[in-house]
Amino acid sequence: MTPSIIEAQKEIVEEFAFFDDWEQRFEHIIELGKSHMDISDDHKSEKYRVRGCQSTVWLYPEFKEGRIHFHATSDAMIVRGLIALLMKVYSGRTPAEIASTPPAFVDELGLNDHLTQGRANGLASMIEQIKLYAVAYGQLEKSHAGNGKEQNA
Amino acid sequence: MTVAHDLQPEEKKQAIVVPGPFDIERIRADFPTLHEKVHGDKTVVYLDNAATSQKPRIVIDTLNHYYTHDNSNVHRGVHSLSQRATFAYERARGKVKNFLGAESEKEIIFTRGTTEAINIVAQSYGRTFLREGDEILISEMEHHANIVPWQMVRNQTGAKLRVIPMNDRGELLMEDFYKLLTKRTKIVSFVHVSNALGTINPAKEIIDAAHGVGAVVLVDGAQAVPHTRVDVRELDADFYTFSAHKVLGPTGIGALYGKRDLLERTPPWQGGGDMIDRVTFEETTYNDLPHKFEAGTPHIAGAIGLGAAIDYMHRIGFENVEQQEANLLLYGTERLSEIEGLRIYGTAADKAGVLSFNVDGIHPHDLGSIMDMEGIATRVGHHCAQPVMQHFGIPATCRASLAFYNNTEDMDLFVQALYKAIRMLK
Repeated sequence: MTPSIIEAQKEIVEEFAFFDDWEQRFEHIIELGKSHMDISDDHKSEKYRVRGCQSTVWLYPEFKEGRIHFHATSDAMIVRGLIALLMKVYSGRTPAEIASTPPAFVDELGLNDHLTQGRANGLASMIEQIKLYAVAYGQLEKSHAGNGKEQNA
Repeated sequence: MTVAHDLQPEEKKQAIVVPGPFDIERIRADFPTLHEKVHGDKTVVYLDNAATSQKPRIVIDTLNHYYTHDNSNVHRGVHSLSQRATFAYERARGKVKNFLGAESEKEIIFTRGTTEAINIVAQSYGRTFLREGDEILISEMEHHANIVPWQMVRNQTGAKLRVIPMNDRGELLMEDFYKLLTKRTKIVSFVHVSNALGTINPAKEIIDAAHGVGAVVLVDGAQAVPHTRVDVRELDADFYTFSAHKVLGPTGIGALYGKRDLLERTPPWQGGGDMIDRVTFEETTYNDLPHKFEAGTPHIAGAIGLGAAIDYMHRIGFENVEQQEANLLLYGTERLSEIEGLRIYGTAADKAGVLSFNVDGIHPHDLGSIMDMEGIATRVGHHCAQPVMQHFGIPATCRASLAFYNNTEDMDLFVQALYKAIRMLK
């Protein structure tokens, strides 16, 4: 059984508690970024570009069996690391769970305090986009209730 | 050199300027922000001077003094405070006049900054005199503030916008400039010193050639006045503009110089108080220069603060400013050149203190973020000059920009942090 969004966030907070200072935390975020899977060039298009980020971020959803699988990347490594965290928290969840669970880990890790204003805004933009997809798929699910169709964005 | 910060503004006026050797540590002591701590215990290394300069204590004290003792509206009151404020505001105009080498205070208009000044010229002079088929000539290395206002007036008038290209060193292609310059060219507007590349453009040559075809020339001096002595009459510029905050002054204030006859012929841009002579519902006659272009209550404190900044620059002396920045630029360029995979953008023969660069395989935002953790303030982005980025086919650069109050230790700490960032990100 995959952990819930709340559990996934708790795991991340525990993982980061292991580090003494921000340099180590940044190093860890960079490592996460380096090992984060890239997305195909087809999806690096204007349609999937997240606005409000200083570096370029692409995010696209795939809706399968009632769950949204997010695929995302950035041309900047620290942002890729943040994306890896967001994916761990939000990807593969139901629209309802995504829409109803706030990203508490962002505050708990003190991410906003340690990211530049532009970065913090970019992170907020990504979360906003994830939530918007969740709401959209949630509504789509309701309107298609019972016919079992799979939808892609 | 007199130590500016331990004198009261009133005393300072009488202070005798004794030119002395360039004492960098005494100068740094005048700038409180240079001693700020960030991320815990890291003293800030400020290398974002092209974005805005830090302020010496005397500028901060002057603003404080104005609001504490002289605050009042200008040009209106018969009372003492208003007269004091007016006197201080108009004296600041005189300082700007001398700073730019203008002939008369009437040629100095206070604006919100360079951006507003360019918009004033575009919307007042440009919109009035441009006709369909006329051409406006700018360059490939312009800041957006010297592109967008001309696109707007182009759309309003049917004029055309032409662009002088540059080479990969970031130098204007002068042969192309001469080809683009024709009888149709009515306005030439170019950047004196590029904020993204540091290139110092051959202003006098461009102005003389433009005058040869009868064009009027605006020079964006935002990045020039903090680094070099500017003389608008020597240059023969028709319009010249700069922002106070890039040359030790407050934000929200700057100046537009315009030749008197041009300003006389140009209608005002904004209407309101202070810019009028007589108002009836049928007709309004306008005030004289420079007030014709200063509608509404101006940024009085800002102008006075700018005056203090100019005084401070004069005390440092431009020969010292240029020498210190040239030394640092040379040193920084050498240190950066040692780094594998690092490319400097902007390698013009004539260049001011800007180090714009990228490192292979690393996003500049990542570099900037890690360096910030080390207390190094650089700018990462397109520097409001996206066409420059397009020229080099890159989204952004990391930029360290220098001021005379930077020292070699700043450069060492910057390069050390850069090595660390590269190590973490590679």
